[in-house]
Amino acid sequence: MTSRVVAVGAGLGGLRAAEQLRAAGFAGEILVIGDETHLPYNRPPLSKEGLAGELSHETVVFRRKASVDDVTWRLGETVSSVDVAGRTVSLADGSQVGYDGLVAATGVSARRLPLAAPLEWRHVIRTLDDAARLQAELLPGRSVVVIGAGFIGCEVAATARTVGCSVDVVDPLRVPLIRPLGVELGSELQRRHEKQGVRFHLGRTIAGLSGDERGPHLVTLDDGTEIVVDVVVEAVGSAPNVGWLDGNGLDLADGVRCDNGLRPMLADSPLTSAVVVGDIARFPNPLFDDVPRRVEHWNIPTETAKRAARVLLQGLEGGPADELPPFRPMPAFWSDQYELRLQSFGLPGLGGDDIRALEGDLSDEVVMGYHRDGVLVGVVMLGLIRRSAHYRDLIASAGAG
Amino acid sequence: MKVVVDLAVCQDHGQCCFAAPEVFELDEAGRLVVLTNEPPDSLRDKVEEAADVCPLQAITIID
Repeated sequence: MTSRVVAVGAGLGGLRAAEQLRAAGFAGEILVIGDETHLPYNRPPLSKEGLAGELSHETVVFRRKASVDDVTWRLGETVSSVDVAGRTVSLADGSQVGYDGLVAATGVSARRLPLAAPLEWRHVIRTLDDAARLQAELLPGRSVVVIGAGFIGCEVAATARTVGCSVDVVDPLRVPLIRPLGVELGSELQRRHEKQGVRFHLGRTIAGLSGDERGPHLVTLDDGTEIVVDVVVEAVGSAPNVGWLDGNGLDLADGVRCDNGLRPMLADSPLTSAVVVGDIARFPNPLFDDVPRRVEHWNIPTETAKRAARVLLQGLEGGPADELPPFRPMPAFWSDQYELRLQSFGLPGLGGDDIRALEGDLSDEVVMGYHRDGVLVGVVMLGLIRRSAHYRDLIASAGAG
Repeated sequence: MKVVVDLAVCQDHGQCCFAAPEVFELDEAGRLVVLTNEPPDSLRDKVEEAADVCPLQAITIID
């Protein structure tokens, strides 16, 4: 009997998992189930150049390797639960699918604020359909309020300014991007946004949002400030999609707790019939330490899929596992805002207490280094792209692993 | 194996340079340089990884 792997989640992680299973020699059946109706596509452009320009599935769809031509895609279908002991997933339509191996790659959803105003008045950006709805409303002269001054919020603010909207950004923290970047770099980005005409309302929360059947009209802040608004965008972070894994004894406190081989931990031992890929995988990375963490960075779905596919196949074969070297991927992401390119390597968030400019000048191009106990754990580069290999190597060689 | 980079799409992220430094490099201006368009098959894994991690999906491998 041929064996079957079911991947739940048809984003980058699900696609790469299928490709890497084939690359690792798996010849059985692969079924990928995803709740969006689109084949896997690239999400970063949705808040950046895609939102400002031409946006369609065709412009963002991933190429698929020939090795996955025989994969079955069940799109627009939602997995509601899984029984990991019985190796069966249940779909929202009541059907069930058995598996030998499971890949959990369901990613994250946009978090929503508990506001009384209807959800339809508040755009989020996670899916292509979300971005298309928002794009249709980002017209020159419109007034846009962005709630949240993180990366997505700042990218949307930049894009909205670029297309000629009036833009206000609201955040309860005192500096944009303070948590991932620190005060200095966050403040510099704020200055650059303000130069482009963005107005920030920092240390402020939303007290009210009112409107009528045509949409929102007025945002009221907690200090009484009123902003007339046409479009509201909520960019307040994300939440892992792991509810379907409930009831199996897994640690789902923040994504799925895994070992270094991306296998979900059941009490103190890893499951051998399942792996976790992408944004929901909370795994220890010996490049930094032994603390399991989720990493929502661009390269993580691809890198976790590569490792997870090999580990899953070893589990399915049931023989003695080949010793794989420790999995220590270098997290990397970028952010485009106006003509600015921010590029990050490592985990700057771990080194927020000791941030130093390593090269360049904040007002121009700069490399900021983030240190923990004196050890470089992350860099964020504003420009200076040619230096990225150097700093990436520095983090890799500084790491304990 | 032939490697084609769509330089109209490429935005010089440099991810490919980490995956396959034998094939891709950023020059002093931070622009992508393809060192060889026909890398040996021994580099296949690295080049495939380079194509996978390209944020713009600008790298095509032709067999």
